[in-house]
Amino acid sequence: MHPLTAFLADGSSWITFDVSGFKAEFWSLTFDGLAYGAIYALIAMGYTLVYGVLRLINFAHSEVFISGAYAVVFTLSFLGFGGSPPGLSTPALIGDLLLAMILAMVVSGIVAVVLERVAYRPLRKKGAPPLAFLITAIGASFTIQYLIEWWRGPNAENSVIMFIPKPLFSVFGSNVDDQQLIIFLAAIVLAVGVDQFLKRTRFGRGIRAVAQDPDTATLMGVNKERVIMLTFLIGGILAGAAALFYVMKVPSGVIYNGGFILGIKAFAAAVLGGIGNIRGALLGGLLIGLIGEYGATLLGNAQWTDVIAFVVLVLILMIRPTGILGESLGKARV
Amino acid sequence: MSAAKLARAVTVAAVLSLAVGACAANTSASSSSGGSSSGPSLPVVTNVPVPSDAANPAGDGKATCSGVSLAYAGTESVNNAQLGINILNGVKAAVNAHNAANPNCQVQLKTFDTEGDPNKAPGVVTSLVGQQDIIGVVGLPFSGESEAADNIFQSAGLVHITPSATNPSLTQQGYNTFFRGLANDNVQGPAAAKFMTSELKASSVCVIQDDSAYGIGLAAATIKALGSKDDANCNDKVTTGQKDFGSTVSKVMAAKPGAVFYAGYYTEAAPLDQQLSSQGFTGEFVGPDGVKDPEFVKLAGSASKNAYFTCPCLDGSLIPNFASAYEKVSGGVAPGTYSVEGYDSATILLKGIDTGITTRPALLSYVKNYNGDGLSKHFQWSSTGELSTSTIYAYEVKNGQIVYLGTIS
Repeated sequence: MHPLTAFLADGSSWITFDVSGFKAEFWSLTFDGLAYGAIYALIAMGYTLVYGVLRLINFAHSEVFISGAYAVVFTLSFLGFGGSPPGLSTPALIGDLLLAMILAMVVSGIVAVVLERVAYRPLRKKGAPPLAFLITAIGASFTIQYLIEWWRGPNAENSVIMFIPKPLFSVFGSNVDDQQLIIFLAAIVLAVGVDQFLKRTRFGRGIRAVAQDPDTATLMGVNKERVIMLTFLIGGILAGAAALFYVMKVPSGVIYNGGFILGIKAFAAAVLGGIGNIRGALLGGLLIGLIGEYGATLLGNAQWTDVIAFVVLVLILMIRPTGILGESLGKARV
Repeated sequence: MSAAKLARAVTVAAVLSLAVGACAANTSASSSSGGSSSGPSLPVVTNVPVPSDAANPAGDGKATCSGVSLAYAGTESVNNAQLGINILNGVKAAVNAHNAANPNCQVQLKTFDTEGDPNKAPGVVTSLVGQQDIIGVVGLPFSGESEAADNIFQSAGLVHITPSATNPSLTQQGYNTFFRGLANDNVQGPAAAKFMTSELKASSVCVIQDDSAYGIGLAAATIKALGSKDDANCNDKVTTGQKDFGSTVSKVMAAKPGAVFYAGYYTEAAPLDQQLSSQGFTGEFVGPDGVKDPEFVKLAGSASKNAYFTCPCLDGSLIPNFASAYEKVSGGVAPGTYSVEGYDSATILLKGIDTGITTRPALLSYVKNYNGDGLSKHFQWSSTGELSTSTIYAYEVKNGQIVYLGTIS
């Protein structure tokens, strides 16, 4: 619309709005955006839970996630998956994928708990200020990344293709495929599960109590350290589930630094929805996924995906500084 | 409250870190997977016709010389080391052939490891030009280090032939000691366009580029050459490190082009091709030399069966005499990307020495006026150091292997 050619090295116009392309692809972008958004949401829940309880931004959560993705790749490679779909019967395939998901959950859960014990607990014992936790989190993130790089080398793992997505039904002329549907539904189910867990179980009550007021909760007999460990564990398990769906969508995406950008976007999703709030994480994740896809098409190219997602995040935070649903793990909303 | 502020401050930092961007240097390992071929069936070439009068480093065996050296300058370790080793072994094969055939002219080969790093290359090249017995150099392999160090060769008046640096700007610096032994990126773009429209018979093409100088330049050259065959509605730009290509795939699937050209490197090309294929894209996926790597096949899996590559590099393993000479110095490893180009470059310098040249200015003027065939192509340079005729070669993925299809003419 307003081509500012002088600003660009390659001489193309600067910002143009591709409205017709956006209209034509709207629904396919929506379905794909929701599928990616569901993955962001599952990772975002890990950020949100830890933040809600400890007021700590666990930057190493992206590495908790990528550890799970390695577990998925190793498990599936061991089961004979590779560069082409394995051609298994549906029940056998589901069994293999479930096994991979469970192992990924175990690995991510262990990494999250170990991280908590090694990196954060010693700081907590010394009563370190929040900035010390933040720097430790960033340090832990790089440490795990480069441990993986040292172990697996700088290249991505061989791709493991689970199945080729098949269109199931069509909505407004655009197909919804089985992969998109599985990822979306699984994220909803897991989010509802965690929400109910926090609401209805004794452990959930403990988590909410510590989130609300750690000192009083301790006085009331809640074991704070155990609650914190449990929080990291749940975050890790959700990241493990996200890892399976991520590899399903991007079979060659497992690389030592592959969690980094995804983690930042998931963190943004958590802040967007209202950090500390499970439903907010789900909503924020789906929105970040959608906005990125819409923005990329509307503005003409995929280099806008991340930019537009963060611009919208900043705009929403200006209007609602605590995120769309507000910050509240311990408070009334959960 | 302050924690909430902190969260927001961190978000802003995160935005900045995204904007600064990620970069990835990847080395390659070879392996293969993937499925059978599809798409247009182009004949696979298993034997490259070598010009009958291709320069032979052995010469007539009667050369006499003493105290002259050649040098290889370039990566032998760290970044993309394999590429440097491919070149160095090609150079070694030429020097060994020369010295074995000419008992009275033993040329010494000195090697200088730049680690492929633009920051280290100037120091390494400075110590190289200080050794007066070196009268000709094969290197530097990469465009970045060439930009940083070519002026040192220039001020020393030392001729050097790069077997692999393809950035067009390198010959526009006004240096007269720089010679490029292969086609540059401005040649590859039009050749790729031609390959897609006349060989693959693509009715329309989507050009997708990354955010590197290489990808942007190559995409511009390709789009220009494609003309009306380029479908501007589905051209897209992606970022280095991107793994999910949802909006790009939607765009391509809506446009249904005959082929997609990806101007960039294999790290992003592989997941893009894989995601296109899984959404039912049935056209061809074409990439330049940055994508032509066994690693691409490994990462894209069976999706890579629709992949074709263009490259200014010739597959040396298809020239039996060269391959066997090469394997003697490489310890049995087959010639890799840019091995032949390294061999040809060294051969030209050796032929100069065989005419009795012992000084840098004499060898420089010999290369400037050189006009003859090598194994890979005809060598004759323009005044800027660009080849007067340059060739781009085509490759295809077949049964998980990258196979040679021939030259794009």
